[in-house]
Amino acid sequence: MFIDQISVFLANQTGRLADVTEVLAAEKVDIRAMSLAETEEYGVLRMIVDDPTRAVEKLRQAGVAVRVTPVIAARFDDEPGAMAKVLKTLNDACISVTYAYAFISPVGGGAAAVLRTNDCGRAAAVLTEKGIELMKAEDIHK
Amino acid sequence: MWQKEYEAMDRAELKALQSKRLRETIERVYNNVAPYRAKMVEMGVKPEHIKSVDDLHLLPFTCKQDLRDNYPYGLFATPLSDVVRIHATSGTTGKQTVVGYTRDDLKVWGNVMARTFAAGGVTKDDIAHVSYGYGLFTGGLGAHGGAETIGCTTVPVSTGNTKRQIQILQDFGCTFICCTPSYALIMAETMAEMGVDPASLKLKVGFFGAEPWTESMRRDIENKLKIQTRDIYGLSEMIGPGVSFECGSHCGLHVNEDHFIPEIIDPDTGEVLPEGEQGELVFTCVTKQAMPLIRYRTRDITRLHYEKCTCGRTLVRMEKTVGRSDDMLIIRGVNVFPSQIETVLLSFAEVAPYYQIVVDRINNADKLEVQLELGENKYPDSVSELEALRGSIGRAIESAIGISVKVTIAEPKTLPRFEGKAKHVVDKRVLY
Repeated sequence: MFIDQISVFLANQTGRLADVTEVLAAEKVDIRAMSLAETEEYGVLRMIVDDPTRAVEKLRQAGVAVRVTPVIAARFDDEPGAMAKVLKTLNDACISVTYAYAFISPVGGGAAAVLRTNDCGRAAAVLTEKGIELMKAEDIHK
Repeated sequence: MWQKEYEAMDRAELKALQSKRLRETIERVYNNVAPYRAKMVEMGVKPEHIKSVDDLHLLPFTCKQDLRDNYPYGLFATPLSDVVRIHATSGTTGKQTVVGYTRDDLKVWGNVMARTFAAGGVTKDDIAHVSYGYGLFTGGLGAHGGAETIGCTTVPVSTGNTKRQIQILQDFGCTFICCTPSYALIMAETMAEMGVDPASLKLKVGFFGAEPWTESMRRDIENKLKIQTRDIYGLSEMIGPGVSFECGSHCGLHVNEDHFIPEIIDPDTGEVLPEGEQGELVFTCVTKQAMPLIRYRTRDITRLHYEKCTCGRTLVRMEKTVGRSDDMLIIRGVNVFPSQIETVLLSFAEVAPYYQIVVDRINNADKLEVQLELGENKYPDSVSELEALRGSIGRAIESAIGISVKVTIAEPKTLPRFEGKAKHVVDKRVLY
């Protein structure tokens, strides 16, 4: 039900993002989804990758600040209203979304959205109850 | 106790001993050290005016500048032929300052450092790992002399090559270590990288000094290296390490006042402050032969406690220094000690013990920035959490020092690490 997201803290400097993706490329780690939040001084890069354990190990060796966070990823059809239904379900249950980003589902077609909420366990429960499919770790990770 | 007869001496007897030694020292200094004689003549003070330690306030002060003005040997009270050792301090803010030791001075030094180690439980069966620098700096050879005086197996490792140091700790079975507190943390970090479990080492206790450190840093070292810690204090102008030391009661540092008489003065007026008040620490050497300094202004801010310690020692206790009257920063007119900021930083579990304080003046306004790193796995995955953390650190610092601060979170291992004295403050202001 949960998948592992890796997040990286980066100084907002030219080339820093490239350094990180270079480490993953050299290890043949596939980035399935990513999002970048930035401030004037630093950025937080969040990624779903096929091999999080290896990615974390190699990034840490390269001196990068990495952290693993369990998140949920909802899968739905690529059609109008699908995302809205997911968010309304969470809102109705008074669960707030900290951040979200979407990607193309590697299994079963359609779209997927990573959702980090203030209560991941309950978010997973209410979405499942409403018939919204959650991606499993084995759908994404090797 | 290494020298119980002095360390637990009746205070009235101690005062008599100090007074006798002071009279002898002033006599010698007046007769043998031209710059002191000139100062005393100018102030109208003669050796016969100094009858006891109560007359200390009549004597002139000595400042670091006096050592520079009389570089290199101008303040020596013995002929150079009696001087067997020279040390010097780094001349970061000007000319080097030079200090000398006779054979007797080295013996005293060995004994005051032996007191220091013995107060941490060290005996002749222990193995000393000395990773203070050996050379002109007093740290390495000072600690070395104390360990040898006790009869410890002494390993003169000196500074540098941290991995090799850890190898030595493992292979030689060292039971105590002497280094700067920040280097102890670098060692802990390197051990973690090397996969060395500190609990597997024979290390029991560490003696840390040569730079200011806080109680939270102490806990950090104790937890990470699984050892006891003792604070040590000294300055080369007095003798080097060994001026004061901590016992197991952790209630201040016992000053070896049979050799170094402390006073607390108001740094602005030079007036001696009443017992228990905070001010600048001043020392007078009363046994040094080669270079006995009179009322040397340390610039360190602390206070003294004269009640007998639970350890049985009667030697006065000085509190951990809260800063230096000269490295004190004046930011927007407010006095700020870097140690105040460090205390706040180390109270946050997320923050790693590496930081830098940058002061700058932009458009005629002082700007204070604190750059810090977070611990492994402590970097939040969202900007909102990072900003919340930055905000709470900033507010905590502001409430401690009274002025606003910009907090910058840096990537891990990007801020400078120091093997010697840590330089946490970068002052970019051009004020003169």
